[in-house]
Amino acid sequence: MQTKEIVVPTSSISVLRKPDPLADTLMTVSMGPQHPSTHGVLRLELVLDGETVVKAIPDIGYLHTGIEKTMEKEKWQQVVTVTCRMDYLNSMGNDLGYCLAVEKLMGVEIPRRAQELRVLLSELNRLSSHLVWFGTHAMDIGAMTAFFYAFTERERILDLYECVSGARLHQSYFIIGGVRWEVPHNFLGLTKEFLDGFPKFLSEAKRLVTGNKIFQHRTRGVGKITKEAAIDWALSGPSIRGSGINWDIRKTEPYTGYETYDFKVPVYDGGDVWSRYLVRMDEMEESWKLCNQALARLKEPGPVMAKHPKLELPDRDLMKKHIDVMIHHFLIASEGFTVPIGEVYQSIESARGEIGYYVVSNGEERPYRVRVRAPSYVNLSALPAMVEGSLIADVVAVIGSIDIVLGDVDR
Amino acid sequence: MSETVEQTRSVKTIPRYADVSLIRNKFAGTIEEIIEAVGEVTVIAKREGLIEFMTFLRDEPSLRFNYLSDIGGLDLGEFAAPRFAVAYQLYSLQHNHRLRVKVFLAEDDTHLPTMWGLWKASNWLEREIYDMFGITFDGHPDLRRILMPADYDGYPLRKDFPIKGY
Repeated sequence: MQTKEIVVPTSSISVLRKPDPLADTLMTVSMGPQHPSTHGVLRLELVLDGETVVKAIPDIGYLHTGIEKTMEKEKWQQVVTVTCRMDYLNSMGNDLGYCLAVEKLMGVEIPRRAQELRVLLSELNRLSSHLVWFGTHAMDIGAMTAFFYAFTERERILDLYECVSGARLHQSYFIIGGVRWEVPHNFLGLTKEFLDGFPKFLSEAKRLVTGNKIFQHRTRGVGKITKEAAIDWALSGPSIRGSGINWDIRKTEPYTGYETYDFKVPVYDGGDVWSRYLVRMDEMEESWKLCNQALARLKEPGPVMAKHPKLELPDRDLMKKHIDVMIHHFLIASEGFTVPIGEVYQSIESARGEIGYYVVSNGEERPYRVRVRAPSYVNLSALPAMVEGSLIADVVAVIGSIDIVLGDVDR
Repeated sequence: MSETVEQTRSVKTIPRYADVSLIRNKFAGTIEEIIEAVGEVTVIAKREGLIEFMTFLRDEPSLRFNYLSDIGGLDLGEFAAPRFAVAYQLYSLQHNHRLRVKVFLAEDDTHLPTMWGLWKASNWLEREIYDMFGITFDGHPDLRRILMPADYDGYPLRKDFPIKGY
């Protein structure tokens, strides 16, 4: 890369700038919002000097659907139908964060079996999210075969979701107080089959992509971000663990019983796309181990919903015979329940990083304010720092490595 | 919203919220109140002296809040005084503890100093609060709308903005 004094005129920062071909040698190009490599409707304004990126200005908001405003209108239990639609690849993780926040405000204790189901499904979610990342990241860089292998495995996980909740992508299976219902009788057997077949895929993927010299050349040293910069820009999840910071919320602030499971947190020091790739590949293996442990614990039966009078619908036979039980059921189902006044910030480790819910309640039957700290939103703000000075092809690699989902960025 | 509430603590909370006895007396001019509820600590602060307070929180070795998790805006309703609140969620990677700093703003006086000099993560987080609530941040390098179109009129997350838009 040549070291040349490059002066960016201040007018190039405006999104409405028209490049003047007679005045400067810089060219402004809009990458997106329709672009196969931007993982959704992301628009990047790239100010280019030849092939080198001088300035990258992300322009987001194409997928903004006002989810935070919608959550103020829904009742507490109805909000779980909306939370899965933000980060649609890690949908149960989103639900889990919201449910944990409200359970903290209400002071509800979740039964053991519900916690184990939550761990199993959260880790399956992490696996399916990383499979999408793996397939699309490799495809963006050019290794298109990996996409098909990854999505074939992912189809098996989506079948498991359909078995347990009826929906492939937006499950809304976790609710405040536990999980919605007991899993079908064949679910555990199907999960065991899937988990037994997964290591074969992982070793194939490593042979195909990790050992590939061209892939390594495209990703080593690209999109470097130092440790201090990563903390300053508030990266989280695999993006910060690829810069040498050992921080995983499942270990530091455990929730749903993660402190009782045995798993490692992969951390790599490079700070570049290659390190983040290795972190996620190792995370897939750790998630697989966690799924096996959770599956073993699920052999013992138990209740899946907390015995809280505001949350648990009463027994149906009793409801049909006694009027007071019927009134109780009716009020929970129609009016909903109220949550004590207060505010809480609960963050969990999603596949992308720290997803945080700042829930404010003023005693009504619907949330007063739900602020969602989306990991992709904060990770994407660090993109200009990672990409300025490199080539356009590196921009594509870096976007894949920070693993953004536009539903999460825009909400 | 700022009453101390006695919650039934049947949920086991790992003590991961900071011990605030150090800052209580030192910043008496900036801190209005410290609330502990549901296992979390909230510091209600004033805009005056906010930057010095935040710098202290970031740099003091026993607190070391070097990670800005989130900045969230809050609208308490058209008839509430003060109307707006901005909540900073801070986290310390070193000590593994959290803190919330909340600043209330009146309706006709919605501006705060920017945290860009302290944590770069505040760039987009403050832009979103400006976009959704109309609270400006003095000294922000690039304060313009982020989620809504550049020429949009109105601040969507305010309580008087209709849910279906205009």
